[in-house]
Amino acid sequence: MKSFVPSSRLLRSLLPAFSLTVILIAIFYLQPRAMSYFGLNLLLNLALPIAFATLAQMCVITVNDLDLGIGAFVGFVACVGATWLNESPLLGVAVLLLCILAYAAMGALIHLRNLPSIVVTLGMSFFWLGLALLVLPTPGGKAPEWVREAMTFKAPGLPTTIYASALVALVVHFALMRSSYGAVVRGVGGNPRSVERAGWSILKAKMSMYALAGFFGVLSGISLIGLTTSADANIALRYTLLSIAGVILGGGEFVGGRISPVGAVLGAMTLTLAASFLSFLRISPDWQIGAQGAILIIVLALRVLINRTGKK
Amino acid sequence: MVRFKKTVLSLGVAATLAAVTQTPAVADTADKRIALSNNYAGNSWRQAMLTSWDKITSAAVKDGVVASADAFTTAENQVTEQAAQIQNLILQGYDAIVINAASPDALNGAVEEACAAGIKVISFDGIVTAPCAWRIAIDFKQMGKEQLVYLAKHMPDGGNLLEIRGLAGVFVDDEISAGIHEGVAENSQFKIVGSVHGDWAQDVSQKAVAGILPSLPEITGVVTQGGDGYGAAQAFKAAGRPMPLIIMGNRQDELKWWKEQKDANGYKTMSVSIAPGVSTLAFWVAQQILDGADVPKELTVPFLRVDQDDLEEKLAGTEEGSVANVEYSLDDAKKVIAGK
Repeated sequence: MKSFVPSSRLLRSLLPAFSLTVILIAIFYLQPRAMSYFGLNLLLNLALPIAFATLAQMCVITVNDLDLGIGAFVGFVACVGATWLNESPLLGVAVLLLCILAYAAMGALIHLRNLPSIVVTLGMSFFWLGLALLVLPTPGGKAPEWVREAMTFKAPGLPTTIYASALVALVVHFALMRSSYGAVVRGVGGNPRSVERAGWSILKAKMSMYALAGFFGVLSGISLIGLTTSADANIALRYTLLSIAGVILGGGEFVGGRISPVGAVLGAMTLTLAASFLSFLRISPDWQIGAQGAILIIVLALRVLINRTGKK
Repeated sequence: MVRFKKTVLSLGVAATLAAVTQTPAVADTADKRIALSNNYAGNSWRQAMLTSWDKITSAAVKDGVVASADAFTTAENQVTEQAAQIQNLILQGYDAIVINAASPDALNGAVEEACAAGIKVISFDGIVTAPCAWRIAIDFKQMGKEQLVYLAKHMPDGGNLLEIRGLAGVFVDDEISAGIHEGVAENSQFKIVGSVHGDWAQDVSQKAVAGILPSLPEITGVVTQGGDGYGAAQAFKAAGRPMPLIIMGNRQDELKWWKEQKDANGYKTMSVSIAPGVSTLAFWVAQQILDGADVPKELTVPFLRVDQDDLEEKLAGTEEGSVANVEYSLDDAKKVIAGK
């Protein structure tokens, strides 16, 4: 029986890649035109900001918390990116650094006062949205030229999005899954007491994970305006739920520090493609959200099934 | 299926080539496919807009004017979702995309990608600012101003006005209100003594007006943005105040109330709004662009105005819970393109 256990773990980690492949094949079948550099680029370029937002969410989930403000935060970053970062780059960079610090401070506050992260981050989401409206009261602004160029860069062979996502997924994988501090941080999600007894600071771990979440949030917002060319305070409100779904779809768990960076990026792509797939199928919009939910349920049911066979 | 599509495509190319050599005919766009990208379908105006689109385009497809004209609505009113939807439409190989956009600026990336792929993009109502797209804009400012023109004509003595605004923070609300204030500045016998937000909804307007009424002097006119006239009338009635002249916004309940008052006591007003059928105007403009017509990038939609004389006719043509509507024809589109 022992030999079966790792194979179930393997299956589990392969599931996100499997779901992505299935969706991709279905799309190619429905729309052969998608099977080209041009097509893949169109299908996937909006996945990059979602992948960053998903990684941000994953950082917070690693330490057993949940970030309900990430969508509004990404929207705020987009507004800053389309205004200050363009007009006076120094001020823009300073504000974005402050944002990351604010995220670290939020992690500290949640830990020190022992507050539920859901309440704090939900509260912060209104704060971010309000700030975004102050920075950019009506939709508009202009993405800095270099961001626009970076996001429309046509890499040889495969669309840039694929290279970028692969690179980010691998870097985060090595940082969180292979490094020793990564193990400590995941331990904070798994068993904080024993991590503390071993002499590690939980406060430091939480602050660094929240700061990392803030960093990915900033990347998400900046890459988003590179695609849209301008911003809107409400531009990324959907990212909050998408990012949570992406983490879970990618093999993460809400508790216990069980995460998978590669899976999270694949999960974000699967979600993006699922929406395109449903629109190629010409499902009525009234049913689309339900159908997206159904895809999630199917993948999660598969996971439970794999877990069960693993336990037997 | 794939092969079939390819044949159709190559046939289409052949047809276009043939059309170039022959004299241009009506069926020049017979092989063209037009898509509607719509960001929201959750109110009566948008529902009527989609129904009009469906009615006019299915007839056009049947007559062989275009190959297809499919409507796509995003499930949630979100910019990122509509951007993805537009990218999907590019992939599906449409020749033109007609857009009612969730945001004037934030879709420009996707719109530019469509233009780069040789697709004509025509935006209406919710327009996009990308230079390569066509815009069928609504002169909301004029819509506000026109109300004051009417009031000045029918009430030369002027008086106190109550302004009902729309949803705070939305571009349309600012524009209509700016037009109203401009009109007041030109007709100094009028004075706006109160202003509330009615969110373009009868129930919200009724509550808002009822709340502000006790603090106001006698009101002679109510300037509105549509969807709020009936609620305002109910609030005045409940407060026992004399009924002012309330400008209506073409909603069926507003027109019905107006008709009742007209029959009972000769109540006079006017009603102005944008017909949801503007989507069909956008369709014909798209068809004209695909046909090779020289169309300016900025077009303006005419308002749909209901007056004392044609009230009965317009009311009869409006379904309960809907908005007075008009569907545009190819000739209407040609007139708009010519700037008449």
